[in-house]
Amino acid sequence: MRTKQLTSSFGIGALAGLAMGAMASFAMPAQAADDTIKVGILHSLSGTMAISETTLKDVMLMLIDEQNKKGGLLGKKLEPVVVDPASNWPLFAEKARELISKDKVSAVFGCWTSVSRKSVLPVFEELNNILFYPVQYEGEESSRNVFYTGAAPNQQAIPAVDYLMQKEKVQRWVLAGTDYVYPRTTNKILEAYLKGKGVKPEDIMINYTPFGHSDWQSIVADIKKFGSAGKKTAVVSTINGDANVPFYKELGNQGVKAQDIPVVAFSVGEEELAGIDTKPLLGHLAAWNYFQSVETPANAEFIKEWKAYTKNDKRVTNDPMEAHYIGFNMWVKAVEAAGTTEPDKVIDAMVGVSVPNLTGGYSAMLPNHHITKPVLIGEVQENGQFDVVSKTSGLVPGDEWSDFLPDSKDLIADWRKPMSCGNFNVKTGKCGGKGS
Amino acid sequence: MRRALRWLMAVCVVAATSTAAFAADLRPLVQALGSGGYSGTEKALAQLSEAGDPAAVPAIEALQAGDLYVRKADGTVVVARKAGDAFTLTDPLTRAALGEAPAGAVEKIRINNSLRRAISASLGALTLMSPDAGVRRSAADAVFKSRDASALETLSAAIAKEQDKGVRAAMEQARAAILLTGEAASKMTDADIQSATDTLTARGDRDALVLLNMVAGSGASDVTKKLAAAAVSTLEQKLAFWAALQNLWYGLSLGSVLLLAAIGLAVTFGVMGVINMAHGEMVMIGAYTTFLVQEFFRAHAPGLFDLSILVALPAAFLVSGGVGIVIERSVIRWLYGRPLETLLATWGLSLALQQAVRSIFGPTNREVGAPSWMSGAFELGGLTITYGRLWIVVFAFAVFAALLVALKRTWFGLSIRAVTQNRPMANAMGIRTARVDALTFGLGSGIAGLAGVALSQIDNVSPNLGQGYILDSFMVVVFGGVGNLWGTLVGALTLGTMNKFLEPYAGAVLGKILVLIFIILFIQRRPRGLFALKGRAVEA
Repeated sequence: MRTKQLTSSFGIGALAGLAMGAMASFAMPAQAADDTIKVGILHSLSGTMAISETTLKDVMLMLIDEQNKKGGLLGKKLEPVVVDPASNWPLFAEKARELISKDKVSAVFGCWTSVSRKSVLPVFEELNNILFYPVQYEGEESSRNVFYTGAAPNQQAIPAVDYLMQKEKVQRWVLAGTDYVYPRTTNKILEAYLKGKGVKPEDIMINYTPFGHSDWQSIVADIKKFGSAGKKTAVVSTINGDANVPFYKELGNQGVKAQDIPVVAFSVGEEELAGIDTKPLLGHLAAWNYFQSVETPANAEFIKEWKAYTKNDKRVTNDPMEAHYIGFNMWVKAVEAAGTTEPDKVIDAMVGVSVPNLTGGYSAMLPNHHITKPVLIGEVQENGQFDVVSKTSGLVPGDEWSDFLPDSKDLIADWRKPMSCGNFNVKTGKCGGKGS
Repeated sequence: MRRALRWLMAVCVVAATSTAAFAADLRPLVQALGSGGYSGTEKALAQLSEAGDPAAVPAIEALQAGDLYVRKADGTVVVARKAGDAFTLTDPLTRAALGEAPAGAVEKIRINNSLRRAISASLGALTLMSPDAGVRRSAADAVFKSRDASALETLSAAIAKEQDKGVRAAMEQARAAILLTGEAASKMTDADIQSATDTLTARGDRDALVLLNMVAGSGASDVTKKLAAAAVSTLEQKLAFWAALQNLWYGLSLGSVLLLAAIGLAVTFGVMGVINMAHGEMVMIGAYTTFLVQEFFRAHAPGLFDLSILVALPAAFLVSGGVGIVIERSVIRWLYGRPLETLLATWGLSLALQQAVRSIFGPTNREVGAPSWMSGAFELGGLTITYGRLWIVVFAFAVFAALLVALKRTWFGLSIRAVTQNRPMANAMGIRTARVDALTFGLGSGIAGLAGVALSQIDNVSPNLGQGYILDSFMVVVFGGVGNLWGTLVGALTLGTMNKFLEPYAGAVLGKILVLIFIILFIQRRPRGLFALKGRAVEA
């Protein structure tokens, strides 16, 4: 009887939580004024994702602040409109609608998890606005209203696996991830890719864990066991967010060293390492398009500004922050070229825009609404930073429809007229297919 | 330059093969460590270890520790250690002081994973003859891992000289590893192969298994493969037995974490009947108290850092307990007997506390360090037991025992039991029930704070820490039987072990679901849990 009471009460509790989250976002009212251009910021400031997303809100405020110091845009000041979707996926869609319909923003920078992006996607398409999505994701999507400034799988996962295969001679693979859409799709792509490279099915172990998994003892033991088959083994980790800290602590405790079984992660950056003692993790890897340790004048300037803006000398920078930096500058350039903030015109002006990134090159917006990026592989250092051990010689263009999945290998996206299609099938010559 | 290097290499090879005692001039080789990027460093390192001169050891150790730098002015390779804002420089070979240099004047020689492997291999080969038995032991282990055929000669010499039994066994294992995997394998007699595989089987750990698997799958002769395969199956049987025991340990360890998280709830929910959704936040506050205590130690007494956890324990108990008492006095006492309102109010409180912590400490994880006596692991037979987990198991049982004594043997415990069993009668006997309520809630919250100290060692210290444990805690208390501490103990250990035994077969996600289904079915059969309270107390 008591359990029944409990479960029904949990539902009510969740409702109460939702209400509180909604209330929190009213705390930041948008001041209506016609002589400003409004920019929406849709990042969770409370709930589980606040750990990652709060930083992105701050970096957006900093970028807008700087643009205003330079005289604004089209002679107007930029005005940030911050809302808090509270790590609640349906609330993301509500807040997006509010930003576009009520606050009349010209573009929105936001979302972190794929499920939040999927939740707001119909809103942006219906109300015809622009979303800049700054996080590495699983691909298999291209929308006219979304610009993907994070890495597609071919800009992160595939090069990382190539590095391990060539430099570390890895023959056995553990694909470990959190149980949701990004790891599942990425692992599907990687599995197909590895098999295409001649890796036998018994040399691939796939493991999923729930969100926030904190007891990694038996999984790390399993990895050690899998690694004792006499072939060089590596772990490709798509483990997300909070679960990483206990995972790495357990790796350190059980003595899994990078020299024996390296772990390459796609969701662990400087910010995530800030909560761990990194000495036992020396040499474990991460693949990103940006590291704080990259030595370029642009990056040094960016880090200096960030530390000054947050008034905290210990704040670190990471890859999604760079993605917002690139996305925001692209948007500014496109708006200047179009001479207006009207979404249709800006979307057309975006393709082909090229701006400097922080790693010493230029990133360009492609017709498929993804961008070109360099791919860097870094090893964890004792000070919680990454040492870049490999960098692609050129820029890698983002590929939205993976060539390694049977469903999507014939699809391309091109949002230039006259094609204007997010899922053009090159075999049948028609727009449409999966994801339509 | 390259020709000179090649010439040098030739000299070194000659030197190494003719007589190991001949000390080649190491200076140009050490100098070469600093040029040519990763591959240049790796090449120079290979030549250094081929030179076989232990004089190079300090330089290689400095490279491993990341203390080897290139002085930008003249390109000299130096050992640099940070002293304030500048570096103090020493010579890598003679250890002569070379003065100081500002941070911008030297450049670190960077190393990657493959270099780290090469470094431990060459350090192993170079220190086999060290006078220190501990160093020889780790050298033997390093050679075992690297299986570097060039170390074979030194290894044989070292084995002949070795007095220490354990070290000699490690060296023999290393030799067996080199013999079986190297080119020498084809020339060995069957008896030699047999004894080599036996040596490895006797070692009996995962590393030996890796090696034997490698031999069994390699292009070695059929006899070798057959012997290796036989050894693999013996070893696997043995390891499977230990794996089962290891799983039991993991279950015990997870169970003790659950116990810690749930035991405070067993007091507030089990004994008092308050559905406290903010219980997880009490755990979180305990973890943040640990963080604050550690910050204090880092700032004021870095030498005593190992004691920080011991100081954090009472601090966390007092802080969480204090917050608990405030919550009881301000919110919960108005809601006794109204479970739904209590649930909503405490749920709201939990969100408020989370956001408050997020505003004060920021949304990102805070680093809580492990004292030295809680890091690392030790081997017990075939079991790997991490010190952190071991202490948490011990701590969980200690807290449980202390709580049991407090409830059963002290006057305070007596009044708690009296109030929960018959409030009006207790009141009539002169017990101040309101005060007992507040203190009981404080006790439950304080114990949650203690759990926070332990959990800060294995989980994130973030505002969301408590959320991950609240559901599990309720599950344990309901499953064990509300109001019964022993039920909580048995419930936590059962669920922990069950989880760990399901995980290897069903995966972590499905395993959790199966446990949940089991509990639902169990509660259908026995609504009052494992150890139901009997008698009049139930009706109250």
